[in-house]
Amino acid sequence: MIKSKIKQSVIKSARALWKSTPVILGTILLVSLISSIIPKSFYISVFSKNNILNSFIGSIIGSISTGNPITSYIFGGEMLNQGVGLIAVTTFLVSWVTVGLIQLPAESLILGKKFAIIRNISAFILAIIVAIITVSILGVI
Amino acid sequence: MSLKNILKQISGAWYFLIAIILTYCFLFIFSPESFFMSLNFFNKIILKIIPVFVFVFVLMALSNYFITPKFIIKHLAKKGFKKWFFVIIGGILSSGPIYMWYPLLADLRNRGLSYGLIACFLYNRAIKIPILPLIIFYFSLEYVIILSFVMILMSIVQGIIINNLLD
Repeated sequence: MIKSKIKQSVIKSARALWKSTPVILGTILLVSLISSIIPKSFYISVFSKNNILNSFIGSIIGSISTGNPITSYIFGGEMLNQGVGLIAVTTFLVSWVTVGLIQLPAESLILGKKFAIIRNISAFILAIIVAIITVSILGVI
Repeated sequence: MSLKNILKQISGAWYFLIAIILTYCFLFIFSPESFFMSLNFFNKIILKIIPVFVFVFVLMALSNYFITPKFIIKHLAKKGFKKWFFVIIGGILSSGPIYMWYPLLADLRNRGLSYGLIACFLYNRAIKIPILPLIIFYFSLEYVIILSFVMILMSIVQGIIINNLLD
């Protein structure tokens, strides 16, 4: 009984993973393409405007970027050193990890189009709100 | 079976993969250097995520075995802060690329997990304990504590918004 239940669980998981394989492979190929084409210097050169515009730019670039959050911390740290405001940098960091435009096709196909769109739009707006609240609290402290 | 019927049976997911492969073919013709750079990057990611893939598979099998609709109803479908706490901790402790978790979350969704809780889980994946020392190095401990706290709070806000809109 237990053996059969384990077997069923393994088969079910294998089927679910197989179903997602083309989306996962396609996403990794897309991520690799974008990471190779967009140079690191691009991110720093774009953030040279005022704080409000920078936070929107930060959220947009963070949303279309993808990869390990370590990369975003390094970019963010470099931007801060270049004189970019903390709100813009925070927006960039938060949207990098919470918004996934590159993963949107995969998310839509597996979790549903409506969910994926609403989640990403709300995460985009929340990234700006998170940045403003964080920097405001930090300023008070 | 006609070609039309065969094409009908192929899911959108495979068309997505084919489109990306075709893009790589164009890249190979017009910019071989970018093609090989992208391919190298792809190889590196694949090698990195194979262990994650195995981990996710094990988690999926365990969840299929233990997390029954009855379990979901008992722990996650009831009202209150406990279910949010459970999902927040799960999101923070989860590892690997976000798209690796979609199948597991879709499976949990089919067993009763709300869209709001799925969104909350995905939002909290942004808080990564193993790489906290690096962000502290660049932005100070104070900044990281406040940012993490605000992000956890906003993950609940996003979850409530999505629950109201979709469930």
